[in-house]
Amino acid sequence: MSNHPYEELAARVVRLALERGATDAECTVVEGDEFSVNIRMQDVESLKEAGSRGVGLRVLQGKRTGSAYTSDLSDDGIDRMIRSAMDLVAVTTEDPYAGLPDPSELGSLSADLGLFSDDIPQLKTEFKIEQARRAEEAALAFDPRIANSEGASFDSYTGIRAFANSRGFSGSYRSSSCSISAVPVARQGESMERDYWYSVARGYAGLEDAAEIGRKAAQRAIRRLGARKVATQKAPVVFDPRVARSLLDNIFEAVNGDAVYRKASFLAGKLGEKIASEKVTVIDDATIPFLFGSSPFDDEGVPSRRTVVIEKGVLKSYLLNTYTARKLGMKTTGNASRGITGSAGIGHGNFYLEKGDISPEKLIASVKNGFYVTELMGFGVNTVTGDYSRGAAGLWIEDGELAYPVSEVTIAGNLKQMLCDVEAVADDLEFRGSVAAPTLLIGEMTISGH
Amino acid sequence: MGLNESFFGQKFGITERDLENYLSEALSAGGDYADLYFEYLATSSISLDESIVKSATQGVSLGVGVRVISGERTGYAYSDDLSSDKIRKAARTAALIASGPSKTIKTGLETVKTKDLYPVLVPPIERSLEERVALVRRADVAAREYDPRVFQVQVSYGDSLRHVLIASSDGRLAYDRQPMARLNVSVLAKEEHGTPHRGYAGGGGRVSLDFFLTEKTPEYFAREAARQAIIQLKAAETPAGETTVVLGPGWPGILLHEAVGHGLEADFNRKGVSAFSNRIGQQVASPLCTVVDDGTIPGRRGSLNTDDEGIPTQRNVLIENGILRGYLTDKLSGRIMGRTSTGSGRRESYQHIPMPRMTNTFMLAGESDPEEIIRSVKKGIYCATFGGGQVDITSGNFVFSASESYLIEDGKLTRPLRDATLIGNGPEAMRHISMVGNDLRLDEGIGICGKEGQSVPVGVGIPTVRIDRMTVGGTA
Repeated sequence: MSNHPYEELAARVVRLALERGATDAECTVVEGDEFSVNIRMQDVESLKEAGSRGVGLRVLQGKRTGSAYTSDLSDDGIDRMIRSAMDLVAVTTEDPYAGLPDPSELGSLSADLGLFSDDIPQLKTEFKIEQARRAEEAALAFDPRIANSEGASFDSYTGIRAFANSRGFSGSYRSSSCSISAVPVARQGESMERDYWYSVARGYAGLEDAAEIGRKAAQRAIRRLGARKVATQKAPVVFDPRVARSLLDNIFEAVNGDAVYRKASFLAGKLGEKIASEKVTVIDDATIPFLFGSSPFDDEGVPSRRTVVIEKGVLKSYLLNTYTARKLGMKTTGNASRGITGSAGIGHGNFYLEKGDISPEKLIASVKNGFYVTELMGFGVNTVTGDYSRGAAGLWIEDGELAYPVSEVTIAGNLKQMLCDVEAVADDLEFRGSVAAPTLLIGEMTISGH
Repeated sequence: MGLNESFFGQKFGITERDLENYLSEALSAGGDYADLYFEYLATSSISLDESIVKSATQGVSLGVGVRVISGERTGYAYSDDLSSDKIRKAARTAALIASGPSKTIKTGLETVKTKDLYPVLVPPIERSLEERVALVRRADVAAREYDPRVFQVQVSYGDSLRHVLIASSDGRLAYDRQPMARLNVSVLAKEEHGTPHRGYAGGGGRVSLDFFLTEKTPEYFAREAARQAIIQLKAAETPAGETTVVLGPGWPGILLHEAVGHGLEADFNRKGVSAFSNRIGQQVASPLCTVVDDGTIPGRRGSLNTDDEGIPTQRNVLIENGILRGYLTDKLSGRIMGRTSTGSGRRESYQHIPMPRMTNTFMLAGESDPEEIIRSVKKGIYCATFGGGQVDITSGNFVFSASESYLIEDGKLTRPLRDATLIGNGPEAMRHISMVGNDLRLDEGIGICGKEGQSVPVGVGIPTVRIDRMTVGGTA
């Protein structure tokens, strides 16, 4: 099998950089084509179709680094990029921990992860427009209170990522995605609320039915109508899967090697300790076919893998790239991530909370008086201290039943305590993107209202 | 300046004839309007961590976006290659949104006269790398010297220079050269056996490198970041529930951005999905409030000589003495609503469709003495600095997170409080503003506004204000 031309290009850029005096180099080449159509009130609002490319280089000269990128893939453009990176080497400082992965750590998974679906390039524009139109139509038809819409859309993407370094690695993989989403607006008297629903998959065949997406979005908007504030109190809080996912984002930030070595995380120095309730098992797995967090190798050319991050409440592993692993005296977990240039940061594969064994209905039924949260707003999470305070909307639970909509309140606590207070995890784990969590119950948080 | 002397004329040999041909191609299926947005963006960034300049990056991206409007429909395509056949291909793709006989465009493009709000002789990106590295080193030293409890310092400096050319089928041609620079300092501090706390400060604008040598030095930002981290060491739990809130001047103007600004963007209003839809002429805020969006302030982060549709920016009054006066409009919303553009059409890059956006959004100064505003509060909180904010424009609910705040007891600031989110409803919160200070201040130049996946730089500002009632998301 011959290598993709971009793999050759990446390898050539690495060779040229070495010829210019770099002692090590790594190069990423990406190309992507996007399509997007928005429908609003059943007519096409906008349609976009285009592609772009980019190449990025990081060079080392001893323990100093420099990086550059360009969208100009001509010989001239590449030449300027290399010069630019080499110029920067001169101004950076020696960092004893800088360097590429050991050659023994490099590699790529050989199994087909199903990241690219052939059906996307086959889809006709008219067909894609029709999908978005059907999603919005179903939302508008769902209930007379859905009187307006911010629209519905169909988006798709196909692309390739190639990577090579001076330690002998070169590889590339194609990927694709497509999605349908709908954003209806519900109105009743003075109350106006919007919500959304979507489906995303590697190929069209993996998508949920467009009309079903529209109905689900409409249902979510309708149930927010007439929302009120509740009194300030401490009460149990149930996170629906869409917002539970954001808690996983917070955990990811706290186990991110960059934050850990700087002690900028409330989980720094806690390896092997019990940091969460026994119900909490968190996995990072970039090897699950078709999912959006999967890839054959990370952005340093280290093979993807499965890492148990938290097991039954005990912190088992941080997520690391080569640099942060060296800083912490550990081994990379294959979690290097970057755009096309610069030193790698930390990314996750499919990062999820393992499901429990009760249904979400039963979980909700177990709450006498509490808050079922379906939306969170703002950025009020401090992963240095664990302080947590976010805007929230959802439904109030009375005697195990969803009783009435609530909005304009906040939920607050501290992640350290919240993780220990996870009292139940439901069985409704599903992946809509690379981070996922089932419905979960936190025993007590502070709810601020009136 | 003629096209020949312009950046794109000089560097890529683009002629007026070329532009007219591309626009004709874009209208070959009969659209009502077409435009081209050429962009050349050079960026550089340097970051320091653990007193080591660990990384430095520079790069270039360029491309052209072609837009066609047909009725209320928009077709869009772009190319990262400025060769004639690639641009024509993009134009033909965008053209497909329309279906009719081709339109002929007006020939003879007229250059739009613009202001010169950032007459930077040498943009920061063209200064030597050593000079820029010196900035991050100085900040590192200053933050560590501020207090021995500071144990981690991260400094990043980034600048960019964007050249744009916008040509439209209504016969207009606009150019701009847009510099930007920003310095950020992030600090961790802790007591000997305590837990770490973070402090952050940053700023910049469409300025030359000298801004950081004379006006706002690396030491200024470093001390501010360190000061905030040290204050957090003694912070107490923030109260939960409704209380009186006093916002300090400057960056807390993010309140206006979230509570008012987004809800007044014309696209949401023509669609009737904003809490402010159809409310022009109505009282939507306390009579003490006059809020403007002004893209014409020299050197500010949110300022632009021309918006991204080739319309010069202007000062737009959004709310005057509490009465809703106007929306922020781009060309498309303007066409549909029968209004003219307010110079508010912006986009993240050539890969994005323009839409109505804010520039620098702030409230005009009132008459109260800021000290007197604090003294007027028996029990409440004072917010000096914020992190980010977010709004649901449909319900009008918005949040922002206070990163430096204090408890007010009997008219005095008594102790610092931990991070907490504040939540309110836009029109309601604006009605609860009962005092406006005489100390209007604009922010330091760090704002990034996200909307529908597109990020653009913005500014905010506000004088000290008293809001009688807001919900504070603490735990105590």
